[in-house]
Amino acid sequence: MRLFDLRLIIAFLFGLYGVVLVVIGLGFTSDDDLKKAEGVNINLWAGIAMAVLAAVFAAWATLRPQFADTDKQPLKEL
Amino acid sequence: MSILAEADLRLDAGPIDYALLIIYFVVVLGIGVMARRSVSSSLDFLLSGRSLPAWVTGLAFISANLGALELMGMTANGAQYGLATVHYYWIGAIPAMVFLGLVMMPFYYGSKVRSVPEFMRRRFGKPAHLVNAISFAVAQILIAGINLFALAVIIDALLGWPLPVSICVAALVVLAYTTLGGLSAAIYNEVLQFFVIVAALAPLTIVGLIKVGGWQGIVEKVTDQEQLSAWPATELTGINSPVWSVVGLVFGLGFVLSFGYWTTNFAEVQRAMSAKSMSAAKRTPIIGAYPKALIPAIIIIPGIIAALIVPEMAQLKSGDTSGGVAYNDVLPLLMRDLLPNGILGIAITGLLASFMAGVAANVSSFNTVFTYDLWQDYVKKDRPDEYYLRVGRLATVGACVLAIGTAFIAAALGGSNIMDYIQALFSFFNAPLFATFILGMFWKRMTPTAGWVGLLAGTFTAIFIYAISEPSFGIELLELPGQGASFLGAGLAFVVDIVVSVAVSLVTRPKPDSELGGLVYSLTPKADRAHGTTGEDAGWYRSPALLGGGVLALTTVLYFIFG
Repeated sequence: MRLFDLRLIIAFLFGLYGVVLVVIGLGFTSDDDLKKAEGVNINLWAGIAMAVLAAVFAAWATLRPQFADTDKQPLKEL
Repeated sequence: MSILAEADLRLDAGPIDYALLIIYFVVVLGIGVMARRSVSSSLDFLLSGRSLPAWVTGLAFISANLGALELMGMTANGAQYGLATVHYYWIGAIPAMVFLGLVMMPFYYGSKVRSVPEFMRRRFGKPAHLVNAISFAVAQILIAGINLFALAVIIDALLGWPLPVSICVAALVVLAYTTLGGLSAAIYNEVLQFFVIVAALAPLTIVGLIKVGGWQGIVEKVTDQEQLSAWPATELTGINSPVWSVVGLVFGLGFVLSFGYWTTNFAEVQRAMSAKSMSAAKRTPIIGAYPKALIPAIIIIPGIIAALIVPEMAQLKSGDTSGGVAYNDVLPLLMRDLLPNGILGIAITGLLASFMAGVAANVSSFNTVFTYDLWQDYVKKDRPDEYYLRVGRLATVGACVLAIGTAFIAAALGGSNIMDYIQALFSFFNAPLFATFILGMFWKRMTPTAGWVGLLAGTFTAIFIYAISEPSFGIELLELPGQGASFLGAGLAFVVDIVVSVAVSLVTRPKPDSELGGLVYSLTPKADRAHGTTGEDAGWYRSPALLGGGVLALTTVLYFIFG
């Protein structure tokens, strides 16, 4: 059983989401968007939070590469 | 389905929202394709080769439950009943999850069974096993269909796709990744889905809180102050006496219903069985309990806020039902009112991901029970493992096709009512099942005959209570609106199951001790129940008992603050 590292997928997805949202938040936010969210640039802040989450998972996967039990003996069939 | 009634719920999704949604589905399918490479036996496919770390199985454990019913249902309860809804989490889940990890998991994981029904077979023999395996398999297909239907309704409402198209598309996506990657793909996606749901709900809650003026704003605006205290929750239980309402909550919801659900429902327990060691298996539900204790903050609070700031919802709450919305519409309405494009796409993704993971959990637990407990035990024994891997894959396809069928039945019957009925029926199966399990695990004298007789007696008791309290049946001897009837039914089912099991055991023959090692407390050496404390399981912070105590303490503190 050789499983790929889920932490890298989480880092990839939220890294991508984070960047997209930060770009929208900084460059493409209209006054209507701001008014809808009570003056908060929610895309920007949510994007930053997601980027941080991605960075944490990427760092974890880099520092502790062992993920699943890859060398496990198959269990005897019952 | 009354989930989304006539009101204008169409969200203003733009190209960027669709793009974020599509990225998610590409990743989900990619996980299926990649997980396929790691599957070389039926155990790999159906139990992830028992190789997953505890944080993964722990998050999957609560994600598998975080489907349509939970998201729509609990935000709706938040809008309707207010803060009392926290009982479903703090008393209705946390103690049972800790109990599963510390007390029951040693037997489930230690006996190396591959499913909950298999434990039933080894403890009580074939009649009890067959009853359990068949009722579980049928219930999973029905629930998968209802989840699929709920998913299709929301796709229809949010994005405007016709119902049959969205049912089939959703089923195909689930089918694709579970057939390819089996349980690993389902679990990986559940973990991913957990983070996406948090990413969807947290911004919604924060913007909502700012709009309403913070917690202070909620306290000032809520007219019925009882909605801001958790106890005694008389509205929620439908029991007028505060004392009995609390008894109903603690014994009915907190003990029987929740222990029955969390400790015997294989769709949940399967996640822990796929952990890589006894220690990781014990920690699985306990690690899941931490986010479970905190997640009401982003599920119930949006419900409370919606009742204050969404005009249609406030109108409904004041008793005027002409607005064309239902309490179930809380999330789409808040998304419509508060989220700009971009984060709106994440929120839509989160909702769809949640509903889909519900279907995947039903399908992936169904195929294990079908393959090992029905096909291997009763139809074709002693075939090579590749044969059962193939059966597992075909069972997945079969489950998805059947679920499309039950989804259309759900659509034809009109949805929300049968969702309630199935949930009620399912909880009636779980309460007696819990009684049988717990007695069988701690009393070696309990006989195989008592196993199935007690189970049937408990189930019939629950059905009887349901029948005499459900208004639509016309024999309403008990008047218990709200959740009171199912609390009472489950409680009585538990008691009857225990009494009947003890009585039958005293007059029938028990299994010899030699066949019960690893299955019964007094016949399992302590070493077999203990977990390793070396390597990946080392460290005081990985102690299941300590983690379990920690989450119980956290929950107690939360009750003191918000009770």
